[in-house]
Amino acid sequence: MADVGILAATKAAEQPVTALLDSPRGPKPVRRFSRSNIIIYGTLFVVALYYALPLYVMIVTSLKGMPEIRVGNIFAPPLEVTFQPWVKAWQEACTGINCDGLSRGFWNSFQILIPSVILSVAIASVNGYALSMWKFRGSEVFFTLLMIGAFIPYQVMLYPIVIMLREAGLYGSLTGLVLVHVAFGMPINTLLFRNYFASIPEELFKAARVDGAGFWAIFFRIMLPMSLPIFVVALIIQVTGIWNDFLFGVTFTSSPERYPMTVQLNNIVNSVQGVKEYNVNMAATLLTGLVPLVIYFASGKLFVRGIAAGAVKG
Amino acid sequence: MTISDSRPDAGDRAAARRPSRLFRNLPSKIAMLPLIFTAVVVFLGGTIWTVIYSFTKSGLLPRLSWAGLDQYERLWSSRKWIVSIENLAIYGFFSLIGTLVIGFTLAALLDRKIRGEAVFRSIFLYPFALSFIVTGLVWQWILNPELGLQNVVREMGWTGFSFDPLNNPDIVMFGLLIAGLWQGTGLIMCIMLAGLRGIDEDIWKAARVDGIGTVKTYIRVIIPMMRPVFVTSLVLIGAGIVKLYDLVVAQTSGGPGISSEVPAKYVMTAMFGGQNLGQGFAASTMMLVMVVIILIPWAYLEFGGKKHG
Repeated sequence: MADVGILAATKAAEQPVTALLDSPRGPKPVRRFSRSNIIIYGTLFVVALYYALPLYVMIVTSLKGMPEIRVGNIFAPPLEVTFQPWVKAWQEACTGINCDGLSRGFWNSFQILIPSVILSVAIASVNGYALSMWKFRGSEVFFTLLMIGAFIPYQVMLYPIVIMLREAGLYGSLTGLVLVHVAFGMPINTLLFRNYFASIPEELFKAARVDGAGFWAIFFRIMLPMSLPIFVVALIIQVTGIWNDFLFGVTFTSSPERYPMTVQLNNIVNSVQGVKEYNVNMAATLLTGLVPLVIYFASGKLFVRGIAAGAVKG
Repeated sequence: MTISDSRPDAGDRAAARRPSRLFRNLPSKIAMLPLIFTAVVVFLGGTIWTVIYSFTKSGLLPRLSWAGLDQYERLWSSRKWIVSIENLAIYGFFSLIGTLVIGFTLAALLDRKIRGEAVFRSIFLYPFALSFIVTGLVWQWILNPELGLQNVVREMGWTGFSFDPLNNPDIVMFGLLIAGLWQGTGLIMCIMLAGLRGIDEDIWKAARVDGIGTVKTYIRVIIPMMRPVFVTSLVLIGAGIVKLYDLVVAQTSGGPGISSEVPAKYVMTAMFGGQNLGQGFAASTMMLVMVVIILIPWAYLEFGGKKHG
């Protein structure tokens, strides 16, 4: 039952994907400089300033020296551009007793990201394929259960997972964290692939069956080559999701040496010791946000499609 | 979305007289093992486990010695938990209203055949690509009382200006709200915009013929037509609110004092900081209850709509 509801939600969330590419449907403005037009552009411009401001503040703060920050205006562009804060954030920023910078967190996140993304996309694509073309008794029940799981607050499942990983000897290791990411990325990605494969014409599947192709042959030789766009969407969801994760990183890594970038960033900026270096902090923050930002600006409409589908993850 | 159930069944029926049913469609079942394990053991099993252990005396380690509702009584008599719930209610209420209003308004403005729609859209949406940690830290800096926004306004001549939400227990949740809305409204805008694009252009023509004003058309005609989109948005925002955690950790660390604590943070502190597992389990079970309360009306609405339609 809940399955239907969730599907309805996805459906509503998926319409945008194609609809966004259509032309606007609103009433047509009469003249270019009409009063209502000025109000519309004025409002949009002011709101856009509010949304753009934090990115701007991050950039300018990270390029200033500390003396300039102490006397100056947070919104003013740097009088003297310096890249020292970036170098310091990357190489020397301290978390506790470690002072080797955010680069450590970056590489940790990278090591977590690559296997998590590959594994979760691989598993989700096969699951989605099995769920849409090779149903068996009970397959929908498991799928429904998985989708309900996506709505349960993670905190409810954290401790049992700690126990499971400890029993398996994986608690505190990167492997354990990778498995957690794979498990929690499964609902949304499986849904994505399931809906995509369900939209592929049935004749194609039947023809392949008649020709004697089995489960894996059809998957690798027919379905995979024609579903590259949906793989890109899944990749975008997973890369941004895993890179931005904080909760699992802080729960399933045992030592500061293993912290992913978000956790290390938070520890650097919110550390209570020493003098606050706002320029270094902002450089570190920007460095951590860089990966998802690059993906966002590079992928354009596919990102929209990804979050429209990812919306269910909430 | 139309899924024909019959594809593999056709093959299955032909093979119905085979001896073992378990081995039918075997590759599919093997391929689904990770999903089955995740759904049944991790999600379902984990949830049941936590709910059961919330009725025990578990402290440093989980143990099955029954305590009845003791953990819940302790939870609801804890000042920190009450503050957490109040904060979540305040944040939730304003976040829900704010996100819906801002998201819809922006979408409606973007839908008025404007120039540079793509540029505006990517500016409104980019915060959604960023993590709550990054969001929290940027806004912590902008709201810094000595060097941030407050200082800039004072230097502009308004020396009495005071806006320091992150150090004022009364309004700290609004400091978080500013950041939360900045991060999350873009998504809702996108969903709303898609909903608007899904509305037939003839509706607009009809409204114009009848002489109904633009704003009135939106409120009386368009918004009621977009009910499913609003329901989806509500569920998304609601589920997101209950999970509120990273933002608080990054922006305020729950302070000043305990004035910006939230339930998810209470759970994490009890479980992994305070070695107080029973409290963590009870509090997380309450979070589960909150999500169920949000989801039930939604499921009801979905089915109510289906039956009438």
